[in-house]
Amino acid sequence: MNKMILVEAKLFLREPGSLIFAIMLPLGLLLVLGMIPDMREVSPEMGGQRVIDNHLPAMMTILAVVTMAFTVLPGTLAAYRETGVLRRMSTTPVSPLRLLAAQLVNNLVVAVVATALLIGLGHLVHGTPFPGNPPAFAAVFLLGTASLFGVGLLIAALAPTAKSAPGIGSILMFPLMFMAGMWIPRELMPDLVRQIGDFLPMAPFGQALRDTWAGQAPQTLNLVVMAATLAVTGALAARLFRWQ
Amino acid sequence: MKVIEVDNLRKRYNDRFVVDGVSFTVEEGEIFGVLGPNGAGKTTTVECVAGLRTPDSGSVKVLGGLTGDALKEKLGVQLQSSALPERLKVWEALDLYASFYEVSVDPTALIERVGLADKRDTRYGKLSGGQQQRLSIALALVGNPRVAILDELTTGLDPQARRDTWELIEQIRADGVTIVLVTHFMEEAERLCDRIALIDSGRVVAIDSPAGLISRIEHQQTVRFRPSGPLDDAVLKALPEVTGVHRDGDRVTVTGDGNLLLAVTAALASAGVVPADLRVEQATLDDAFLALTGKKITNGDAR
Repeated sequence: MNKMILVEAKLFLREPGSLIFAIMLPLGLLLVLGMIPDMREVSPEMGGQRVIDNHLPAMMTILAVVTMAFTVLPGTLAAYRETGVLRRMSTTPVSPLRLLAAQLVNNLVVAVVATALLIGLGHLVHGTPFPGNPPAFAAVFLLGTASLFGVGLLIAALAPTAKSAPGIGSILMFPLMFMAGMWIPRELMPDLVRQIGDFLPMAPFGQALRDTWAGQAPQTLNLVVMAATLAVTGALAARLFRWQ
Repeated sequence: MKVIEVDNLRKRYNDRFVVDGVSFTVEEGEIFGVLGPNGAGKTTTVECVAGLRTPDSGSVKVLGGLTGDALKEKLGVQLQSSALPERLKVWEALDLYASFYEVSVDPTALIERVGLADKRDTRYGKLSGGQQQRLSIALALVGNPRVAILDELTTGLDPQARRDTWELIEQIRADGVTIVLVTHFMEEAERLCDRIALIDSGRVVAIDSPAGLISRIEHQQTVRFRPSGPLDDAVLKALPEVTGVHRDGDRVTVTGDGNLLLAVTAALASAGVVPADLRVEQATLDDAFLALTGKKITNGDAR
């Protein structure tokens, strides 16, 4: 198993485009947007916080995770299916499930690295506070990432071709990111939009990251929706995934 | 010893039996060909043998009844159209696949063996078609299998790469690995296989050696030539070996059996005619397939 993770990691690094995109784009946005004066001012609409305190870094964390989950992961898996990599593995004593596991591990590592850089450099450059509730933050990060990976696996299961998988991921990504508050903070959204968002995959993740970043406990509803997303997408992907 | 026993195998997709009552046995150490046109059910048959598909009915027994992972340890499979990640290097692929098996052969020696020693640091995507196929064979052999199933191995290869691949297969057999070779390429089956199962529309039409299959059809031969001077067809028609004489322009085609060539040349000599461009054509596996199924097999690189 370790060899498989290592080989998959090497392959990852040999195609640095998606990796750079997943790590550098959110980081660059955080550093650049964080310089805008409005982002650095205490805003009454945001409950007396600054946008760079937790809204912006949480959104950029989501951007990093969702890039891996919605485009890189399903794209790789669908390509492995389409080119027969999974089929070839199924002729050996080792199940192609292990390849899937190695992929999940590597995607998770990239998401963790991206998030660590966002926290560290955000603090250094803009004085963004560290997450105020570290254990809850870590738990929310893992649960939210797992739930988005679940959606990614479902995309891989349903995508008819390797090329269409990242495309489907991108189409899903933008409305979900909007609902999570990527462009307009959720505080400024109409109640109805915010309430719909509460029951979609991405907004609860963003909300729970912000809450734990601010040092609070995550809201139960957010945790439940994330867990349900993981359970439903994971079960569907397991049922629907074709190995060839 | 029988290493593979397939008995009345049937497999249905939707409402159509793509494998419809296939039976054959493969002896240890032989190269057994599964030959037939595209869509005949060859791949489905060997996928059932390899344990990758569950038959609807019938039985498959490999190496005395191994199943699951125990079977996959001892059975090397190279399936058509299964690639590797483009950026995976040759040695990495073999090293990784070697780790899948309890017992594996030394990847370095295997790389030498299949003639990829100077390509060991090359990425899969940069290999030629023939090199990719040789790597694919190496991956099927890295678990030190007793039986190797090789599906449409040389489809899409140029003639030189094809001959190199054939040589490699002969070497592997010399090492004692039993080989099941799936092909729709006649020349390949004729050159390599000890025995062939001819498959058409999911059924076995005949099982025999290539020579045996050819001898099943009428011993008809064809002699073609261009006579140097005027020639009366009656001279040839009078010969007991000759069954037919046809003219196409200045070319004469004589069909018949027995020692046709000798009879024709002797008759021409006594008539004072010299045959130019003399050719003898014997029945091929193609003709045997045509005679046994009423169909012409799609040859070459149809895919």
